[in-house]
Amino acid sequence: MRTLKFLLQKEFKQIFRNKALLPLLFVVPIMQLLILPLAADYEIKNINITIVDHDHSPYSHKLISKITASGYFKLANYVIGFNEAFDDIEKDRADLILEIPQGFERNLIREDGAAGQTDGEQLYVAVNAINGVKANLGSAYLNRIIADYNADVRMEWAQMPRFNLFPTIEITSSNWFNPTMNYRFYMVPGILALLVTMIGAYMCALNIVKEKEVGTIEQINVTPIKKYQFILGKLLPFWFIGIVVFTMGLFGVGWLVYGIIPLGNLFLLYAYLGVYLIAVLGLGLLISTYTETQQQAMSIAFFFMMVFILMSGLFTPIDGMPKWAYVITQFSPVTYFIEVMRMIVLKGSEFANIKTHFLIMVVFAVVLNGWAIYNYKKTS
Amino acid sequence: MKDVILNNISKTYNKGIVQAVNAVSFHVDKGELFGLIGPDGAGKTSIFRILTTLLLPNGGTASVNGFDVVKDYKTIRKNVGYMPGRFSLYQDLSVQENLNFFASIFNTSVKENYDLIKDIYIQLEPFKDRRAGKLSGGMKQKLALCCALIHRPTILFLDEPTTGVDVVSRKEFWEMLKRLKQQGITILVSTPYMDEATLCERIALIQDGRIMSIDTPENIIGKFSESLFAVKSDNMGSLLQDLKNTGIIKSCNAFGAYHHVTFKDNNQNMNEKLIRVLEEKQHTNIELRPITPTIEDCFIKLMED
Repeated sequence: MRTLKFLLQKEFKQIFRNKALLPLLFVVPIMQLLILPLAADYEIKNINITIVDHDHSPYSHKLISKITASGYFKLANYVIGFNEAFDDIEKDRADLILEIPQGFERNLIREDGAAGQTDGEQLYVAVNAINGVKANLGSAYLNRIIADYNADVRMEWAQMPRFNLFPTIEITSSNWFNPTMNYRFYMVPGILALLVTMIGAYMCALNIVKEKEVGTIEQINVTPIKKYQFILGKLLPFWFIGIVVFTMGLFGVGWLVYGIIPLGNLFLLYAYLGVYLIAVLGLGLLISTYTETQQQAMSIAFFFMMVFILMSGLFTPIDGMPKWAYVITQFSPVTYFIEVMRMIVLKGSEFANIKTHFLIMVVFAVVLNGWAIYNYKKTS
Repeated sequence: MKDVILNNISKTYNKGIVQAVNAVSFHVDKGELFGLIGPDGAGKTSIFRILTTLLLPNGGTASVNGFDVVKDYKTIRKNVGYMPGRFSLYQDLSVQENLNFFASIFNTSVKENYDLIKDIYIQLEPFKDRRAGKLSGGMKQKLALCCALIHRPTILFLDEPTTGVDVVSRKEFWEMLKRLKQQGITILVSTPYMDEATLCERIALIQDGRIMSIDTPENIIGKFSESLFAVKSDNMGSLLQDLKNTGIIKSCNAFGAYHHVTFKDNNQNMNEKLIRVLEEKQHTNIELRPITPTIEDCFIKLMED
């Protein structure tokens, strides 16, 4: 115990003396948490639209103003011919073209007035699909606006309070756990989970490898320090720092800046964080036992982080991934932590709901650390 | 009483391709100052790492303090002091912090063993709050020695402690070792500097993983059977080549300001003959005098044999 105390003392002294590392540990994650959720927003605004209006009627103008007033679209150009509009797409000035045919107003009024046998008026939408997400969402928004517009027109012309001849199903949805569909509510816990992972895995791996690289481990190895003491001396400081950073992120940024108040039991959340950090630090430790220099450790840790970032359901839902990718996500501890974060913080889940997650994380912690300890040698 | 015993110790790297240590056997007596002398790559560090339980030998047995280096490594680690060739203390901790840290992990305190390091630590004291990384080379060595001594080891392993240290500091360092020896600490030291060999009680000359000779420095020099001469002239460069071409020279090596030569035939008139030959080759200011061999001469002779 006494030895461990001195090891920890030494470790903290070194960490707090490292002027380059300190801001990296405490300031950068907070900055990232402030900036990233704003950038990682799935709502797409400012879609550039070019409108080809062959009609020039009050109705077409009304449609156009409805589109631009929605806030999603920016009128990039208003042209007479389709070829000019296509030029806009080619030069990347527009993402969408809406073509309003000649006689739009006339046909609309007449056919709607003839109450019934309408095959509708045709509008043509062309999408620049290079950015798939933008194209998809853009055309979906546009369809929605046009459908709305259509309903308005019908209302206007169906003057009499009479029965609607066509029974329609109208869908209303309510968003549970995130009623305003605020994207940040979803992203902040996920990004926070990722940041804590980076601190744990990177710092722990680099710290141990540094002792190898500088040669200090040579001196340590000829002392009576036991393997478990040395490893605990390395894990505990970063476990502690991980919890501090998480707390800063959850309350300092999540609560104060984004107004995310954890619904679930905080004790449960921290208990899970504790186990999770042990697992992640175990990964760092494992990397350090297989590498000799900080450069090697950094490269390997970076590789894992890339997989974790892209394949733990932070940005893309796991359920939508192909089977093989799904299997990979199940081997990433980050997947479970992001899920648990969202469950406890947004949904207020209780222990019974995350029992399996807990069990899996304990297995991760035991396997990763066991493997690392087995592989860590004082003698070569 | 023998504190360190090596018995046919071998170590290979790269799956047996590189033979770093080849069936090395020697022993170090209690309280002895023993030197392992050899050039870079001779296998000195490998031997040190085996004895300090950091490296497992491929063959042979070794014991330190009577404990086997493989089986009883835990006991050995408690009782020996090791100073690796590369500075291995925490550069971001201060002198005092390093010392306290190493004392505490050996379950002792600086105060308890202060008498042992006092002489050395006094020189470090003015810098005690300076980070170890900011010390000069000589000061780093002194700090490393203090840290290796702080738990009062019975045996001290010093791997090239004077490499990269200035002449004055080197001399001081050897003075310190002598004082430590008086305290009864067994010291095994390695060095590539042949001139330091005479400062040890016994030395082992090592080359390419093999021990060439083990004895006191005096005896090793005494075993140098031939008469050795130092030769000098105004043109040292061509002199070396001309000496080799005379046909009467057995060995000839450049040694600073002089070339050291031995004759094939050890007889007086050879000197005059050599001077005559050299004069014919237009050498001026020729100087030829007999000298006593140094360890380096012995080392080169052993290598050539």
